[in-house]
Amino acid sequence: MSATRRQQTISAWIFLAVPVALFAVFLLLPVVMAIGLSLTDYSVIGDFEWVGLDNYARIAGDPIFWVAVRNTAFYTVLYVPAGLLVALGTALLLNRSTRVARVFRTLFYIPVVSSTVATAAIWFWLLNPQYGLFNAVLGWFGIDGPAWLYESRWAMIAIVMMSVWAGFGANMIIYLGALQGVPRELTDAARVDGAGAYRVFWHVTRPAISRATFLILTLLLIAAFQVFDQAYVLTKGGPGNSTLTLVYYIYDRGFGRLEMGYASALSFVLFLVILVFSVANARATGRETGR
Amino acid sequence: MSALATAPAGTPAPASAPQQLTTTRPLTPRAVTGKVVWALAVVLISVTTVMPLVWTLSTSLKPEGEILSSYLQLVPENPTVANYVALFTDGPFGRYLANSAVIALGGVVTNLFFGGLAGYALAKLHFRGRGVVFSLFLGSMMVPGIITMVPTFLVLRRFPLVGGNDLFGEGGAGFINSYGAVLIPFAAGPFAVFFMRQFFQALPDELGDAARIDGASEFRIFWNIYLPLARAGLAVLGVLTFQAGWNSFLWPLIALNDPEMLTVQVGLAGYVNEYQTEYGPLLAGTILASLPVLLVFVVAQRYIIENFAHSGTK
Repeated sequence: MSATRRQQTISAWIFLAVPVALFAVFLLLPVVMAIGLSLTDYSVIGDFEWVGLDNYARIAGDPIFWVAVRNTAFYTVLYVPAGLLVALGTALLLNRSTRVARVFRTLFYIPVVSSTVATAAIWFWLLNPQYGLFNAVLGWFGIDGPAWLYESRWAMIAIVMMSVWAGFGANMIIYLGALQGVPRELTDAARVDGAGAYRVFWHVTRPAISRATFLILTLLLIAAFQVFDQAYVLTKGGPGNSTLTLVYYIYDRGFGRLEMGYASALSFVLFLVILVFSVANARATGRETGR
Repeated sequence: MSALATAPAGTPAPASAPQQLTTTRPLTPRAVTGKVVWALAVVLISVTTVMPLVWTLSTSLKPEGEILSSYLQLVPENPTVANYVALFTDGPFGRYLANSAVIALGGVVTNLFFGGLAGYALAKLHFRGRGVVFSLFLGSMMVPGIITMVPTFLVLRRFPLVGGNDLFGEGGAGFINSYGAVLIPFAAGPFAVFFMRQFFQALPDELGDAARIDGASEFRIFWNIYLPLARAGLAVLGVLTFQAGWNSFLWPLIALNDPEMLTVQVGLAGYVNEYQTEYGPLLAGTILASLPVLLVFVVAQRYIIENFAHSGTK
């Protein structure tokens, strides 16, 4: 090893020391600990007691866990397609490089910048059954709006609407980047051949932006499985557990009831679900795009 | 970027330019309809994205009686800052703001410095294990935060010799309820390392090689030559880190439960009340909690949106 090479190796490890140490202490160690904890009944107060796979067995028979699964699935089924379509629709609208389009891009992006808590507080006011803007607008059309966050049928739907509103701008920007990469010659050629706007989109644009679609789909799925902030601020999981999501349930078990072992087992189950969906999503997209 | 977008705003039109120059194609009724529909759609979406914010601002400036009696009125009849004053006199909102500022700015400083150093090492220094370290950082971004939440809490609580703990992590609360609990685990996030590595990779190797021949130390080369060239990257990373730190909720909720230590987001969540909400202070608090990130965004929006657009296609 030459002198400069040795010099560079030493410097590199010094430069990397802090991030690598933090990685070891706050990522590697916790992941290993999580596996261990999920096999104990640790409750912060008291000792670790080895319980083997009991926590996992307990999950299968835990009715509230299944409520949380159903709620999270319901949220995902509504949120992912809605989030994708709104992002794509707005990106197609703003896919032009005029000054006006740029101004609108910024306006559409503003909700992304605000925190989920601030967004939730705003929506708490918007969704007020009597004084909310939402029901006022519905009233103009002769619709009697529901009590939203206070009705178990509507609370989760309200949270989905809020999440789409808060997040679509970010995915719109990813789509805009992808749309700029669609070869102009292809869309023009298709148009000359007599294809309508819809056919051009389906046969030329859609395949060309499939990578972005895959990325956004993955991001939306991962976000949907981990939804927490909105439900915590707006409804505290209620009414009647209708907005109790998986992460909310993990938080509640771990830090509300100090059942750290059980919470760890729950988080592993959630991790597996995320992993399975990410891999399935990657496969499905890979087949479609031939990658 | 097309020529249209980059044309300077004030370019004077040639004096003799005929009026119809802007319409090279005759406008068919279909094209006109298309334009109108487009304009309606974008205005409608803009209204739905911006209106709730405007309405929130307006409500926060209304006196208590007016909030419910004239809730659809956008301009307050008797504008007042009483709701804002109440936040600071009736509660510790100032303290929340200060806590959030320390956490967000602290995160920016550490992430820029350590992320820059590590990103530089991974992009520009040759050493064995570089690929492994890089893949580890990259892979760690895919581990969902929920898994490490409980153990990270325990690691911080039982950290030896901190916060009253003994050598075995017993007896005290460790880092819990201190700024360290939020700052330390996220002081050099893998995203910062990855982001800065991408940035340094785009810079030429020759600059460092020349300085190396002149006998400059590796840190000097990083600090005096490459870091100044990465200013744009540092700015974008700084803004993104600030936003993430200022807006974070779940971790501060867990790690800081002393009322004096709450962040602005956790404090704000406490104002949302199912049974009796005082909308004035709640919405004033919402404006205050959103203002710093909105201001930073307005200043840096061009860079953020462009950078974001690129990250999606790579």
